[in-house]
Amino acid sequence: MYDVVIIGAGPAGLSAAIACREWDLHVLVLDEFPKPGGRLLGQLHQEPSGEWWNGIQETNLLLEKAQKYDTDIRCGVSAYHIEKLEHGYAIHTNQGSFETENLLLATGAAESAVPVPGWTLPGVMSIGAAQVMTNVHRVKVGQKGIVVGVNVLSAAIARELQLAGVELHSMALPASNPATVQHSNPNTVMDGLVRIAHLAPSAFLRFGSKFAKASWVRRLAVKFYPKGGVKMWGMPIHIRKAILSINGNDRVESVTMCRINADGEQIPGTEENITVDFVCIAGGLYPLTELAAVIGCPFRYMEELGGHVPIHSERMETPLKGVYVAGNITGIESAKVARAQGELAGLSIAADKLKAHADLQQHVEDAVKLVATTRADATIQFHPHITDGRHKMEQAFQQTKSS
Amino acid sequence: MSNHRIMDHPVLGKLEKTEEITFIFDGKSYTGFKGDTVASALLAHGIRQLRVQEESGNPRGIYCNIGHCFECRVTINHVEGVRSCMTPIEHNMVVESGRLQPVPFKSTEADKLPRTYAEFERGLHKEDDPHV
Ligand SMILES: Cc1cc2nc3c(=O)[nH]c(=O)nc-3n(C[C@H](O)[C@H](O)[C@H](O)COP(=O)(O)OP(=O)(O)OC[C@H]3O[C@@H](n4cnc5c(N)ncnc54)[C@H](O)[C@@H]3O)c2cc1C
Ligand code: FES
Repeated sequence: MYDVVIIGAGPAGLSAAIACREWDLHVLVLDEFPKPGGRLLGQLHQEPSGEWWNGIQETNLLLEKAQKYDTDIRCGVSAYHIEKLEHGYAIHTNQGSFETENLLLATGAAESAVPVPGWTLPGVMSIGAAQVMTNVHRVKVGQKGIVVGVNVLSAAIARELQLAGVELHSMALPASNPATVQHSNPNTVMDGLVRIAHLAPSAFLRFGSKFAKASWVRRLAVKFYPKGGVKMWGMPIHIRKAILSINGNDRVESVTMCRINADGEQIPGTEENITVDFVCIAGGLYPLTELAAVIGCPFRYMEELGGHVPIHSERMETPLKGVYVAGNITGIESAKVARAQGELAGLSIAADKLKAHADLQQHVEDAVKLVATTRADATIQFHPHITDGRHKMEQAFQQTKSS
Repeated sequence: MSNHRIMDHPVLGKLEKTEEITFIFDGKSYTGFKGDTVASALLAHGIRQLRVQEESGNPRGIYCNIGHCFECRVTINHVEGVRSCMTPIEHNMVVESGRLQPVPFKSTEADKLPRTYAEFERGLHKEDDPHV
């Protein structure tokens, strides 16, 4: 019987494991990817200070610490079911079952799919797929591509592709259909763009960010958006152009692009074909929560957190005894926040287990504060009202506990 | 090995040379680096198509590359339905692309099955129905 089994070796799971090992708990970390690090591995962006956030280096720092404390991390292990036992849980995986008193779910996020006609052709992939191929496996996803979907993640990864010498024609929106609503409206996309303006050395976008609060300025910016797009790192970003279809026989050969009005409606007669050999689709992220549902955690839908999220407290405990959550399973945020949440979850587990240690409570309180300051300082923010979402979640937890 | 590798990267540096590994895909031999997945090693050789849709025969490749979508499933050492984006290559591993299935997955009973849990509760299922 383990003291704690951690599912997911991303920044949240690894830092939780380190915190638990520091308090000498018997820990097992499981991850189905061949390498530990989760989605941190592929990350590579420049902070406003000019410094690089290098996910491989950040992962190595965590792994060195985990190794110092002799942490048992097993990769290539997929957890597919969790069963409640009398005094804990059984985790069922493709490599057998593991019994544990406590369980930390740190399974991260997944990408929402945005269906575009032709999207099953080989050569079409999610933007995150391209990130992992480029930065983790060091393989070019193609010679020249296009990004469908304009948001903080696709802008960051477009830059990563450029750095690796992969050419991009541009970034554009998906054509409007019932499945692409949020991603195909230029005004909604512009609202998101101004939030990533600090990542873009473009006067136009910086202008937008100054007036981020004034929605009439944003509406004007959409109305008079230049036909040639606004260039970010030399690559045009189009929010008044959309991809109607992806074309090819056995693989991607081209896309059909058209102009759209400020409401996202296609302007007839503006179709053009663009030769590309790959397409990246960016539909945003949602928390990967199936295992929490399997074990019976109550859920709340919260737009601010990116979707359906298991109810949890600011100490990262769920209403189920011995079940904790940390990282993107609790809401979509950057890796630094996930790492801080992981440490907090690890300390909460240790504090609940080793009740006699008075100073552990103080560590937990400090860790709660660290999560909040990390959130406030985050360069990359996926959802504008994340702090409100966190408050609502804390209330939801208190309600669940008292009922 | 091929021109699809990112050998030099302005921030991540040079690709560290690791052990070369030879594996078989659809009867042909390919090499990749230790640490490659089946999907990344094949893409490094310009191979995108990993299977066909079982019923229509339409070509498919990776979509998510991190194990979520199962679009990249292949047969590895005779085990079917293995995600190529999650499986590290090994010496002499035998990988076969997913093929068209001889019997289309068609259920003539489909109309009689409950489509939602509410329908199931309302008893729109047969007592001996195994699909619950
Ligand atoms: C494709 C993608 C790209 C991203 N890129 C960026 C970026 O560039 N910048 C940024 O700030 N944020 C990015 N994010 C957000 C990212 O989720 C966070 O930055 C951070 O990595 C979250 O950490 P985590 O520990 O919660 O989860 P993750 O880092 O996602 O780690 C979760 C781990 O759990 C494992 N896992 C999940 N389910 C199971 C299971 N059933 N059994 C076994 N193992 C399992 C996964 O294999 C994974 O390794 C990205 C997210 C995704 C999905
Ligand atoms: S590409 Fe999605 S599971 Fe492999």
